[in-house]
Amino acid sequence: MSRTKTSSDPLIAQLRSVLPDSCIVADAVSMKPYECDGLSAYRQMPRVVLLPESVEQVQAIMKICQQSGTPVVPRGAGTSLSGGAMPHKNGVVLSLARLNQILQIDADNRTARVQAGVRNLQISEAVQHLGLYYAPDPSSQIACTIGGNVAENAGGVHCLKYGLTVHNILQVKMVGLDGELVSLGSSALDSPGYDLLALLMGSEGMLGIVVEVLVRLLPRPKVARVLMAAYDDIGKAGNAVASVIAAGVTPGGFEMMDQAAIRAVEGFVNAGYPTDATAILLCELDGTEEDVAAQIGKVEKLLATSGATDIRLASDENERIRFWSGRKNAFPAMGRISPDYYCMDGTIPRKELGRVLTQISAMSGKYGLRVANVFHAGDGNLHPLILYDASRPDEFQRAEAFGAEILDLCVAVGGTITGEHGVGVEKIDRMCVQFDQVSLSQFTAIRRAFDPDGLLNPDKAVPTLARCAEFNAMHVHHGELPHPELERF
Amino acid sequence: MTCLANEIAAAVQAAYSTQTPLNILGAGTKSFLGQQDLDGKPLDVTGHNGIIEYDPAELVMVARAGTPLKHIEKALAEHHQMLGYEPPFVDSGATLGGSVAAGLAGPRRAYAGSVRDFILGANFVNGKGETITAGGKVIKNVAGFDLFRPMARSMGTLGVLLKIALRVSPLPEIEKTLLHEEHDERTALKKMNQWVTGTQAISATAWDGEIIRIRLSGSASGVEHARSLIGGEYLTGGDYWHDLNNFKLDFFQQPGRLWRVSVAPMSEPLGENLNQLIDWGGAQRWLISDDPPDEIRSRASQLGGHAECFSKDNEVATFHPLKGSLLAVNQRFKAALDPAGILNPGRLYPERQINGD
Repeated sequence: MSRTKTSSDPLIAQLRSVLPDSCIVADAVSMKPYECDGLSAYRQMPRVVLLPESVEQVQAIMKICQQSGTPVVPRGAGTSLSGGAMPHKNGVVLSLARLNQILQIDADNRTARVQAGVRNLQISEAVQHLGLYYAPDPSSQIACTIGGNVAENAGGVHCLKYGLTVHNILQVKMVGLDGELVSLGSSALDSPGYDLLALLMGSEGMLGIVVEVLVRLLPRPKVARVLMAAYDDIGKAGNAVASVIAAGVTPGGFEMMDQAAIRAVEGFVNAGYPTDATAILLCELDGTEEDVAAQIGKVEKLLATSGATDIRLASDENERIRFWSGRKNAFPAMGRISPDYYCMDGTIPRKELGRVLTQISAMSGKYGLRVANVFHAGDGNLHPLILYDASRPDEFQRAEAFGAEILDLCVAVGGTITGEHGVGVEKIDRMCVQFDQVSLSQFTAIRRAFDPDGLLNPDKAVPTLARCAEFNAMHVHHGELPHPELERF
Repeated sequence: MTCLANEIAAAVQAAYSTQTPLNILGAGTKSFLGQQDLDGKPLDVTGHNGIIEYDPAELVMVARAGTPLKHIEKALAEHHQMLGYEPPFVDSGATLGGSVAAGLAGPRRAYAGSVRDFILGANFVNGKGETITAGGKVIKNVAGFDLFRPMARSMGTLGVLLKIALRVSPLPEIEKTLLHEEHDERTALKKMNQWVTGTQAISATAWDGEIIRIRLSGSASGVEHARSLIGGEYLTGGDYWHDLNNFKLDFFQQPGRLWRVSVAPMSEPLGENLNQLIDWGGAQRWLISDDPPDEIRSRASQLGGHAECFSKDNEVATFHPLKGSLLAVNQRFKAALDPAGILNPGRLYPERQINGD
């Protein structure tokens, strides 16, 4: 029985001329899982969900959507934390999940050519026997797709040393709104023309549909060892991070957790963290045996000098994995101590950490909601987790207002509203705080260069000036943005 | 330390309103790159200079586009840091803005990243005279389009850079160069690409037909370990990598057109008995050849790469031509930033090509 047979939508009839029924999902029950992504507070049922199985089908879909003026929301695995894949009510959700083939592994050049729906971790698994891996490791890497990683310029724990998605992709094949296939970048390290490959990274589905990606693979480091240091003061922990970086060491991973996060995690996975510590640092050093040995000696001294109350070197691989399990389970651990949590994603210059955490703590009192902080300390990417209960009236609204105030503070101290989760629908109003009008107009002009009809993931990532005018009327007092004393970058 | 941001924006606004082409000038150290038949009104941006912000522990520097790289490298060296993309022409006065616009990176590029990989954000004046902000000054930032990255290699045709935030890199504790004899091209390529699987210390490799030179950077023990893996003697005296990066090696002084061929590192040889110097572990191949330009470009294209002519030659375009749907998106992107086509017209591609006439 066809799942689409009850539909009388003319768009769906047209799509059926280019797609088999098995690629079209149009009934409410089957579409339900697509109504939201990882940010489940924002939901919208789409008009239809499409699951093409070939690039040609993607091209045919795009032509139909352009001709009929239908919005297109591309979707990978739907793990976005900013509502980037939230459907449009008149639009199609274009899932790339079935473009899931690893097309070619080039061991000599250390690259892999994969379709957009291939999962991030799947790439590393496929090349493990060659001693290689794909470096960017967002925490959703078991599920998230490489196409989605391109759209969000995904990061992860190891990006201080090994870079973001933008640093690890050589080429992308993309289908434009007009259905044309265009190849950006190449197997070489640079390509003729403008660097549109870099522009595409983090463009949140507004420029085209990613269908194929050529990724760089790295040799697996021979050795990885992790140090854990405990502090009785957040400021001291922040200074310790600065001193390690200033000494010329680039750790493979460098993470911080505050007391609320440590306690939640210990109750959940027993990672061996000291629950009386105000903050802990995890510092992973990787490379050859010789490099790692030299760096561990150096880092241990710096951590001790910076006032650590306890320093432990994971004695073996099991303990290393246990130390990391705490950090990696920080989000689910929150689910154990709170019915719901709201994860923020600002980045700040590291030296502002003490000031920002103090103010977040004050906001926690003001909004009457608990907060725990995990922090990619090496690159300044802060993830405050706001704990709330969605079943209580107005708690989510308070959580949102709390989160928005944190993001305004991140911008005010010279940072950004999003380090790796994207703007999506969630932070679109905050774009009006971070960027001025001419810059937002320029972003819109870029968008129109690729999407003259405004059909690619509309109403996300880049606000219209009208929207900002409305937002500013509500939030700007006496014509000034929050923290007017601070110069915007 | 002078800020001319308002003056530069006003000059571009005026040029936009009168449709006057502008010829943006830095120190002119890369004037040999790109088409030279420009008759635009000169816009000298070297007066807009100075380091605005530098905190070594943040690994971030913010500086005005006209700042000489010499000043930047000096400030960084005082804190044992450096520019990770190893730009050329520092001694001859190259500016930060020019180094970004031309996008040339040194021998470290294959191991550390390109110019665009180190940019965190920029302020620039678009072709309408508006001052645009993209990115910021933190290492992780996905808000807004990363318009600052395509500024690299744009040859000033997308905007006039005002202020650039860069991620900077620690200086290695020690740096040494190994000499490893090898006469066969395929074997040399294979070796250069295999060694990196055993060490993270390699920061440059080049092959001149007889010898592979390998630069090792890192801790003393890490460098020694790499040497034991690779074998060979240390080079003493001279500054090979500086001379390679600045076109000072004898190789570059020979007669004939100089080509830069960019391909995947393990690509097949470009041909037999070539006069070439292979850099970036095989990904950048310098070729001296008076063969027809179309033949050289087509060989590079066959290998999935492209070829650029680095000799000043009115008969030969510097950059590899674009075609089809790729040309179309380049034209639309350019028009979104510079609708009147007044920024360095023709410097990257002939005007009629990039503006779609």
